[in-house]
Amino acid sequence: MADILVYSEKRDTALELTYQAKEFAGALGLGVSAVAFGPTSGEVAPELAALGADTVYVSDDPALEGLQTDVVAEALAQVAGAAKATCVLVGSTRRGKELASRLAQKLGAGCVTDVSSMAVEDGVLVAGRYAFGGNTVARENVTTAVKVFAVMPKAFEIGAPLAGAGTVVTAALTLTPSAVKVVDRRPKEGESVDLSAAARIVGMGRGFGKREDLALGEQLAAALRAEIGATKGLSDFQWVSEDRIIGLSGAKTSPELYVSVGISGQIQHTVGISSAKLIVAINKDKDAAIFQLADYGIVGDLYEVLPALIEKLKA
Amino acid sequence: MALSPGRIRGPVPDGVRRARAYVAQADAGYLNDARGDASVKIVVCVKTNPDLQMVRIKNREPVLEAVPYKVGDLDKNAIEAAIQLRDAAGEGTIVALSVAEGNRKIKETLKEVLAMGADEAVVVADPALVSADPGAVALAIAKAVLQSGGCDLLLFGEGSTDNYSGQVGSRTAELLGLPQIGYARTITIGGAGVQVERGMDDVTETLEAPLPAAVTVVSEINEPRIPSLMNIMKAGKKPVTEYTLADLGLDPAAVAPQRDILSNLAEEQDRKRIMLQGKAAEQAEALANALIKEGVLER
Repeated sequence: MADILVYSEKRDTALELTYQAKEFAGALGLGVSAVAFGPTSGEVAPELAALGADTVYVSDDPALEGLQTDVVAEALAQVAGAAKATCVLVGSTRRGKELASRLAQKLGAGCVTDVSSMAVEDGVLVAGRYAFGGNTVARENVTTAVKVFAVMPKAFEIGAPLAGAGTVVTAALTLTPSAVKVVDRRPKEGESVDLSAAARIVGMGRGFGKREDLALGEQLAAALRAEIGATKGLSDFQWVSEDRIIGLSGAKTSPELYVSVGISGQIQHTVGISSAKLIVAINKDKDAAIFQLADYGIVGDLYEVLPALIEKLKA
Repeated sequence: MALSPGRIRGPVPDGVRRARAYVAQADAGYLNDARGDASVKIVVCVKTNPDLQMVRIKNREPVLEAVPYKVGDLDKNAIEAAIQLRDAAGEGTIVALSVAEGNRKIKETLKEVLAMGADEAVVVADPALVSADPGAVALAIAKAVLQSGGCDLLLFGEGSTDNYSGQVGSRTAELLGLPQIGYARTITIGGAGVQVERGMDDVTETLEAPLPAAVTVVSEINEPRIPSLMNIMKAGKKPVTEYTLADLGLDPAAVAPQRDILSNLAEEQDRKRIMLQGKAAEQAEALANALIKEGVLER
């Protein structure tokens, strides 16, 4: 039987995609194979099997060390061959996006990256992704025999484990180590944050006049027990770190609550928040585009509104 | 896509043989092996995009009429990075390479990157590329790189300004059998090849690859220069080589679409759009109450 093949170097994303692949596979009459690479593959494999993979291919081949794109793509191409995969789902992380593209080229496949939604329509997988700088959502299907999709983390939810877990097999791979060598690898400087997983976010924009004023936004975030996010503009000023950028060139978030402060609402930013359950906007310009996207809007000076709000929340 | 494999010069590592054969062609020579030249040659791929600030939405459809075109934002970072690498090396050549369905709109944008400091331009222009997918663009780039004498370093922006699909760099690297490093925020050439520092989802890495290699850059890498009037005038005199697909030995079937775009519409947002009135303290109170009511603020 032909299979949907699932891979992500991020455990949670691999689990989400595997669970969702089971549903797609049911609608398309396919099986599900999942892949886990590296030293932790043995731990992740049973979870993937329990969430819907009929077969989980694992490998801790030394050539996979460092997860260089060329080698991982070759490994996945070999597994895709073994699993007779007609569709490959990869997590659209930085590594995953690169990987999906190289893999697609190996397989002669069309590919859609940064997929934010996906469904089976009339027996065909249709992927949604932002286009034209976030102005639109393109719905695309891939017409090649093998199809590759890089799906954004948290596009789907992880469901409950299923009865009758699949089997785990060691993938038979023939790999050559990458010419790319890791000279140094270290955790990101400063605290690193994964905004795509944050439940509440306070987003700050150019409405903040000085770097010191961001303390107000941070106090609001503390009162809401929220993470801090920002527009690309603030990161360009180096007022916040790169991993706090939300939008087209940063995190795509889906929090319960997004509070935007001093953000005008350019599409390059708002594509990163459109999946938020509830959006609050605070901006002094009543015509700011952000209010079109907000559930609750406050037209006002953030230097007056934020202290009042922080006081209220602490009360 | 059916392409007949041709002869390849130089040793071909296992695992890339098939991919390289895919684009290799008789008498082309392979990338920098064939150049026999000490100076660095950098090919920078640039895409011409509609200026998205000027795109209007009408009945949920993007209106592209009368929208001006411009060089991709990250492509300018890639050009700037190439200029700095060439200057650091002391000598070298920067080739701006662009692929499009016609040469009219890319002529102007190529002039901009030539004015920035690229030494020459290579254009693949063919009507068959009108709705080219990333795979087709990568194929045209790979062929054009081989046809125009190879390179030491192939640079890309991490993604295009309009679609940000981020596929072309990876696909081209695969076609040419090159090691690839994405998301560079610093690049240096020397010693063992190219060294890149990059920030990934959770770690910062320094990587090294032998040349030739493919590298994509992010916006943090530099601040692209704005060309002087003098350099803009000079840009018109820099050499531009044009290829059609036929010149590269490609037929239109080789660049056929690999996807169908079923629709491309502005998103409909179903939001409450409740504006909270009054002075700051009243607005704050109303918001706190609303958040409690919505169940996002437990109280």
